[in-house]
Amino acid sequence: MKSSFNWEKKGLVFVPQQVTDHNWLSEFAQAPATLQFDDYLRVYFSCRPAPDQNGQYLSYSAFVNLDKNDFFKILQVAERPIIELGDKGTFDEFGTYPVSVIEHEGKYIAYYAGWTRCESVPFNVAIGMALSEDGGCTFRKLGSGPVISYSLNEPFIISGPKIRKFNGSFYMFYIAGSEWILHQDKPEPVYKIRMATSEDGYVWKKHDLNLIDDKLGKHEAQASPDVIFHNDKYHMFFCYRYPTDFRSKERGYRIGYASSVDLINWVRDDERAGIDVSEEGWDSEMISYPHVFELNGKLNMFYLGNQVGRYGFGWAQLNGTLE
Amino acid sequence: MRKLKWEKLGLIFNPHEHRQISDCISFAQSPQTLVLDDRVRIYYSTRQTDSGKFLSHISYVDFDYSFTRILNIANREVVALGKLGTFDEHGIFPINILKDEDRIVGYTCGWSRRSSVSVETSIGIVISSDEGTTFQKIADGPIMSSNLNEPFLVGDAFVLKLEKDYHMWYIFGKQWLKNEIEEPARVYKIAYAHSVDGINWKRDSKCIIQDVLNEYECQALPTVAYHDGIYHMFFCYREAIGFRTDKGKGYRLGYAYSTDLITWTRDDEMGGMQLAEDGWDSEMQCYPHLFRLDTQLYLLYNGNQFGKNGFGLAKLCS
Repeated sequence: MKSSFNWEKKGLVFVPQQVTDHNWLSEFAQAPATLQFDDYLRVYFSCRPAPDQNGQYLSYSAFVNLDKNDFFKILQVAERPIIELGDKGTFDEFGTYPVSVIEHEGKYIAYYAGWTRCESVPFNVAIGMALSEDGGCTFRKLGSGPVISYSLNEPFIISGPKIRKFNGSFYMFYIAGSEWILHQDKPEPVYKIRMATSEDGYVWKKHDLNLIDDKLGKHEAQASPDVIFHNDKYHMFFCYRYPTDFRSKERGYRIGYASSVDLINWVRDDERAGIDVSEEGWDSEMISYPHVFELNGKLNMFYLGNQVGRYGFGWAQLNGTLE
Repeated sequence: MRKLKWEKLGLIFNPHEHRQISDCISFAQSPQTLVLDDRVRIYYSTRQTDSGKFLSHISYVDFDYSFTRILNIANREVVALGKLGTFDEHGIFPINILKDEDRIVGYTCGWSRRSSVSVETSIGIVISSDEGTTFQKIADGPIMSSNLNEPFLVGDAFVLKLEKDYHMWYIFGKQWLKNEIEEPARVYKIAYAHSVDGINWKRDSKCIIQDVLNEYECQALPTVAYHDGIYHMFFCYREAIGFRTDKGKGYRLGYAYSTDLITWTRDDEMGGMQLAEDGWDSEMQCYPHLFRLDTQLYLLYNGNQFGKNGFGLAKLCS
């Protein structure tokens, strides 16, 4: 079906390399997710200090506050990571990435993916939960373990949480690993978009099925399931790529689209996503980690470009009607 | 409440005297039973070397009802280890067997290796359709893993089904202790979970057994049996650091009793199991397993060196 909308690209909004006095925020601004305050638009994202001597990274999460009427105007950058890394041996010892924040009964709750390192595969991930007592600037963990962890049909890599509230219930859209495949002796993970629901935000019931049909074969990797309710329908923008050799233009991330009327059954139709890689520039090789939000009567998308957000995130605005 | 009295029957199985599956060379750890019509099948974990580390595999040995004669030893894989990146890729140790109506279910503790600490564990489930000769997974993931208040090292499940309720005693990790002597040392405690289907478990992360050593006491492998009007639990416990080299800090058998399955009174003395003066269980006793044959209660357990040289048996004196 031909799209009734497309995204007009506005350009790169935040470039981590331009922040000079935060050594924990030296590159990457991944997985942007917004929260609207009266005086500014806060964008949470994840970033990294320079890699260690073995080339391994830690991931932190941070935020920038933007002018609501001019997203290119940065009002404030987080002074410190919003969530501390975990203690020895915990699920989030080596990274807290990405993060998704929601306001609930006057408080801010963050759900985030915690990273640990393994021997036979490079990493594993599970979803943690943290609460803010300072208006969403920093968050205290509600436990030293994860709130959504591994289960029979979600054996590893529980990651990429996006928290939403619809019809009085919490919905978590996230990804779960299904397989590690060996490619040139290197393990590469396959993960799919999943969902869980909760009445209180603590106890989660997994839907336990993939939400989105594969397009690139059964080893397609899917990420960043970003859901918005608009014009009586649920719209999901996400990203997907080939499982191997994906650090290239041909096989790297693209943005996909699906819609649903009940949050359970989703119809995938990437033709309607209305956004693709550019001819040249910061998003010419790949586009990923879309986040869609409404502000000032307009629908906006923040997303990542080449090298999965190494040089920041950009902005596009909707032309047409999301229906 | 009377002190239990045990007759020790000695070491009944030495893995070095038998050819093991998967080129396993040593260890017969955490013996656990499946009572069949004409034999008692005792599952244990044995070890295969793997570039300087070990992989634990489940095997079994069949004894006659007198435990003096070995009828059979597993000669092929009993439970397959997990795929790349799964929770039980690097070992299964231990397995607890539950006869659940016409099904034979195994609750496994799966091991996978980490980089900043040695290992992570979770509880899996496997099903047998050939009288416990082999078990198959129903999926790649675990049934019970870490959660908010149980950050790592969920394992050592022991399951009892009483009428329609499934009761599980298990352990979870509290802390990885950095220390001067060795690699980060784990601290784990015994907890309880409840289920109505044996797969989905409810738990509250309470440590149900009081420490006797100190707050870093490691408690492992709970096993529970009903006898003489109350529930008896054996488990093993040790110091968190130095336990491999210092005999005084190694595993001992602990004991607790309960009338309601929820509240437990710890009293190791009443359990009646002591280290021997000399011999195979003189330095260490660990990985206990209670089981009943007709009306007789037995206790299987490992001795010195965490069961490197096999397991022994004790019989409750009436």
